[in-house]
Amino acid sequence: MKFKIIGFITLVLIVFAISCQNDGQVEFNRYYSGGSQIYQSHCQNCHGAKGEGLQALIPPLTDSIYLNSNKTALACYVKNGLKGKITIHNKVFDEEMPSSDLSPIEIAKVLTYVTNSFGNKMGTINLEQVTADLGKCK
Amino acid sequence: MRKLLIGVIILTLFNACKSTNNAKLPILGNAHEVTKMVNGKSATVTESATIPDFKFVNQYADTITRKSLDGKIYVADFFFTTCPTICPVMHRNMIKVYDEFKGDDNFRIISHTIDPKYDTVPVLKRYADKLGITGNSWWLLHGEKGDTYKIATSYLQSVQEKNPNGEYIHDGYFILVDKQKRIRGTYMGTDPKEVDKLIEDIKTLKADPEEAVAK
Ligand code: HEC
Repeated sequence: MKFKIIGFITLVLIVFAISCQNDGQVEFNRYYSGGSQIYQSHCQNCHGAKGEGLQALIPPLTDSIYLNSNKTALACYVKNGLKGKITIHNKVFDEEMPSSDLSPIEIAKVLTYVTNSFGNKMGTINLEQVTADLGKCK
Repeated sequence: MRKLLIGVIILTLFNACKSTNNAKLPILGNAHEVTKMVNGKSATVTESATIPDFKFVNQYADTITRKSLDGKIYVADFFFTTCPTICPVMHRNMIKVYDEFKGDDNFRIISHTIDPKYDTVPVLKRYADKLGITGNSWWLLHGEKGDTYKIATSYLQSVQEKNPNGEYIHDGYFILVDKQKRIRGTYMGTDPKEVDKLIEDIKTLKADPEEAVAK
């Protein structure tokens, strides 16, 4: 009887733990796979299938340090475009990225995809975060 | 019976060899009939379509005409530097062709801008520098819009004015032209597989005895 109770409690705990972990994982997977589609249709022409960019014309999306230190500005870059000098992998780019008509949820998805592909690993960038970041665009 | 079978096998093998060694690319474009004087008699002969004369300016502000491509196999395409859609993909792929043949002075790439108003010679030079292309292997050509649109039809391509969204409509094809200025193949420039085929076809064309003698 005692064993049964302990066994039951353990089981409940395990199920709980798994479902908790899964909540985050499920959210990540949803953002990531949606983001992959958006990347292909809205970004891949320029930035390449492997995020490799194009020579000195379009920067690669593989500079984790740049992406991490500009994490809260990325949503604004995607929404409003980006212009002027930036340094990616010690190379200066001085080009222009056009603005996009993506919605905040789409931006969240595509950024989750970009920041967790091509060697990057930054976790989920969710809708709440993107909405907050967009409120602070310069 | 046995002998016949062996004979057939040998013949098949022989033909297989022959077809790979003497591979020939088709000649595209509308061939037309012309009446010519041959040995003092008038005769009707079929002539293949060729690229007509033209005059453009490259990224170094040098004048480039049909004659500048004499004795050269070349690849042509149409683009503009601010194109957000297919052009980056096309030129990401074209760099492969450039890298493969840049050492060969009998080979050229020409890219016509379809937006001459924005893509002035200095803009084309800057684009070339950023793309990492040097020397004379790859020319970016600027010209009157009408001239560019007209030459496009000779390459079997269609380019149009900006649509209501402010976008240019153009085909993303790479066109392979031989030393006689005949079109020998068209390849979707956005598809890496087709671009690999183009590189193979350029090698085939270079090996064609007809091309070796042409000037
Ligand atoms: C028309 C081509 C084009 C498209 C389409 C495009 N970008 Fe860019 N992107 C650029 C250019 C050019 C820059 C560099 C701008 C500069 O030099 O200031 C850039 C910069 C960036 C940067 C910051 C620099 C870096 O390499 O990390 C990020 C992040 C980025 N783009 C993400 C995206 C995402 C996500 C999309 C799709 C929603 C996208 N881009 C679509 C051309 C493009």
